[in-house]
Amino acid sequence: MDLVKVDNIIDNYDGEKSWLIMILQDVQEAYNYLPAEALQRVAEKLGVGLGQLYNVATFYSSFSLTERGRHVIRVCDGTACHLRGSDNLRDEITRQLGIEEGQTTPDKMFTFETVACLGACALAPVMTIDSKYYGKLTPNKVKAALDTCKA
Amino acid sequence: MIESVEKLHARQDSAREAFYPDKIRIGVGLGTCGLANGGGDVLNSIREEVEKQGLDFVVHGTGCVGFCEMEPLVDVLAPGLPRVFYHHMSPDKARELVASLADGDFRGDLALMRFDHDELLTSVERPLTGKLNGLANVSTLEQTPFYKSQMKIAIRNCGFVDPHNIEEYLATGGYSALAKTLTAMQPEEIIDCIEQSGLRGRGGGGFATGRKWRACRKAEGYPKYVLCNGDEGDPGAFMDRSIMEGNPHAVLEGMVIGAYAIGSNHGYIYVRLEYPLAINNLRVAIRQAEELGLLGENIMGTNFSFKVQISRGAGAFVCGESTALMASIEGFSGEPRAKHIHTSEKGLFGKPTNLNNVETWANVPVIIEKGADWFAGIGNESSKGTKVFSLVGKINNTGLVEVPMGTTLREIIFNIGGGVPGGRKFKAVQTGGPSGGCLPESQLDLPVDFEKLTEAGSMMGSGGMIVMDDRTCVVEVARYFTDFLRKESCGKCTACREGVLRMYEILEKITCGKASPQDVELLEEICVYVRDNSICGLGKSAPNPTLSTLKYFRDEYMAHVTGHKCPAGVCKALTTFEIDPEKCKACGLCAKACPTGAISGGKKKVPAKIDQDKCVKCGLCREVCKFEAVATT
Repeated sequence: MDLVKVDNIIDNYDGEKSWLIMILQDVQEAYNYLPAEALQRVAEKLGVGLGQLYNVATFYSSFSLTERGRHVIRVCDGTACHLRGSDNLRDEITRQLGIEEGQTTPDKMFTFETVACLGACALAPVMTIDSKYYGKLTPNKVKAALDTCKA
Repeated sequence: MIESVEKLHARQDSAREAFYPDKIRIGVGLGTCGLANGGGDVLNSIREEVEKQGLDFVVHGTGCVGFCEMEPLVDVLAPGLPRVFYHHMSPDKARELVASLADGDFRGDLALMRFDHDELLTSVERPLTGKLNGLANVSTLEQTPFYKSQMKIAIRNCGFVDPHNIEEYLATGGYSALAKTLTAMQPEEIIDCIEQSGLRGRGGGGFATGRKWRACRKAEGYPKYVLCNGDEGDPGAFMDRSIMEGNPHAVLEGMVIGAYAIGSNHGYIYVRLEYPLAINNLRVAIRQAEELGLLGENIMGTNFSFKVQISRGAGAFVCGESTALMASIEGFSGEPRAKHIHTSEKGLFGKPTNLNNVETWANVPVIIEKGADWFAGIGNESSKGTKVFSLVGKINNTGLVEVPMGTTLREIIFNIGGGVPGGRKFKAVQTGGPSGGCLPESQLDLPVDFEKLTEAGSMMGSGGMIVMDDRTCVVEVARYFTDFLRKESCGKCTACREGVLRMYEILEKITCGKASPQDVELLEEICVYVRDNSICGLGKSAPNPTLSTLKYFRDEYMAHVTGHKCPAGVCKALTTFEIDPEKCKACGLCAKACPTGAISGGKKKVPAKIDQDKCVKCGLCREVCKFEAVATT
C-alpha cells in the first residue's frame, strides 16, 4: 500500500498529535476508509499507541475501518426527519440495495449510513448521496435517486 | 491591513458604498438549505442571464435569511427601493426575473416580502426615495407574520451579507465593537459590560457569560484558551450552522473580544463534520480577517494577538459537552470528566479555558456596540436578549426564528410558525433536543426562557423547537430520543451506559405493545436513577424526553400498555391501516405512494384496498390521502 499520502497528511499538521482526529479524517478522505497499514503508519509517525488510535477510530461514528462503497448514502435521522418519515427512506434503501444501515453492497457501489442530523431540517426527510442533498423525500424519490447513481 | 480605528472606519465607509451600489444588486441564499434546494443553479442562471443581456447588475451569494420553507430565496436591492425577496425560485423563474428587472419591472407578483428598512437588520440607514410601483402591495417586514415579532441580533446579517467577502461584514459596521474594546476599554470593563447585559450561554446551559469570562481571566496559568462550540449536536437544531455559514465574522469578532477580555492568544472553533459549508465559510473568514490584520498578530495595530484554528468533530453527540469537546480537540475520544475542577481553571491541555457556543459569541459584538443596558432591556426578568429557535417538524413556516426571551410558545408556533399544516391538531412541542422534553397544548402560553422551560420539565437546550401534530406518537418520540442517547452515551459512567439502555429497552417494549404497567413504573424509577447519578449533562438530562411525556401524556403510554393501541397510529406493531371504501374516491394517490405495491384498486371508481400481507405500515397512504379515507385501528 502506498503510504506517501499518509506521510503528507501528517506533515500538513506538522506531526502534531493533538490533530489526530483531523489527521484520521484526512486519511479516510484519501483512502475512503482507515486501512490498518495507514493506521500503523500514523501511530509510528505521531508516536501514539495503536490502542489509542483504535479507541479514537472506533469512538467517533464517522470513521470506518472497512472499505466503503463508491457512493456513500447518508440518511438523516434528526428529529424533524424522524417525524417526517426517515424510517421509510431507510426501509426503501434496504429494499432497493439489499443492505442494512452500516453495510456496503457486495459490488462496492453503495455504503448506507445514517447520520444524527444534517441540520437541513426544512427539507425533512433528507439524505445525502456523497455531497449532494436530496430533500422532502418519499420512498419513490429515494428509488429514483438511487437509479440515477446506478446509471 | 487595517492598522488603526481610523483605517477601519475608512474601510467600512468604502465597503458600504460597494454594499449599496448605484445599480441593482441580486443576492441568492446559499446556506445549506438554499443550496440543497437548488440555490446554486439559481445563482448560475442569474449570472448567465445578466451576462447574456449585458446588464450592469451586481450578483452575489449570501447566507440563509431564516425562512427555509421559502428557499431558494433571491433578494433584489435597487437604489432607493426596498429590499425585495422572491421565493421558491427556479433557474427559469430567476431568468424571467432578471429579464423583467432589466425592463424596470420588479415583479411584485413573484415577491414574498419587502424590507423597507435595512437598519432593522444591518444597522445601516437607507432612505427610500424611489417609486414603489408594482411593489406597493408586497407585504412589508411588519406585515409578514413570520418576521413581524422577530428581533434579529445573533442572526442579524445572515442572508444579507456574502460570507465569503469580509467587506460586506465591514459594510454593516463589522469589527467596530472590536475596535472599541481594543482601544477604549480595559479587559475588566468588557467583562463588566457582558455581565451587566445579562447574557447567558446559548448552547443550553444558560450559565452567565460574564461570570464565566471573569473566572477564566482570574485563573492562573498560561496559555489560556478561548473556544467556540460549533458542535450543535441536537438533532433538529441548526441556528449555529446558519450563523457559521452566513455570518462567520460575527463569531470571530466575538471571540477576539472575549480573548482580549480574558487574556488569551489562542482559540479553537470546534465544528461538527456534518457541517462542511460552515467549516469552509469559517476558513475563508479566518483567512480574510488575518489578511486585514483583524485576527492574528498585532490586531488593528495594537499589541494584542489572537490566533484561531478550526477543529473538526468526527460524529459524536457527547462532544458538545465541554470537557468531552476539549478531549476531542486534544486528539482523544470524547469522554467527559467530572468537573470538580472547573474548565476555567484547568481545561484544554490542562490550561484555563473559556468555552462559549456560536450563538453566544455572535451576540457579543452587538452588546459591546449598543451597550449592556440596551441588551438587558430585551427579554424578561431572568433571561435577557433574544434566542434563536429552529422551528421544525409539523409546522407550516419551517425556519430559524429569533425572538426576545419570554415570547410565548403560542406566539412562536402559531403566529410566526403559522401553525400545524394540513389543518391537523397541535399535539406537543419538543424543545431542548434529546435532553429536553415534550410540552402539551396546556403549556402553550408559557413564556420561553431558561427557567420556565426547565420548570415545565423541558429545557432551552440549543434552541431546537420541534412541533408535533396528532399523528405523532409521543411514546415513540421518547423511544426515538432514548435510542439516540443510548447510542451516543460514551459509556464512561454506569448510570448512563446501562440506565439509558434499560430505558430504551422498556420504551421499545411499550411501543411493541409487550409491556405491563409495572414496566412503566420501572421505567420511571430508572429515569430518576439515571438523572441523579450520571457524570455529565448527557446522562443527567437523558430521562427528560421520557419523564416529560410520562407527565403530560400518561394516557398515551397506558393506551399502549393496557389497550395495546397506538392512538396516533404510528407504532407499527400496534397499528393496522385500512381504507374506508365509502370515503375513498379512487384517486389512486395512495397506490402511487405505496412503496411495496400493497394497494390495489384506487382507479376507475374502484376503491383502493390494502393487502395486509404486503403492507409495511409506513403510513404514506394516510399521509397522501385527501379524503381522510385511510383509517388506523
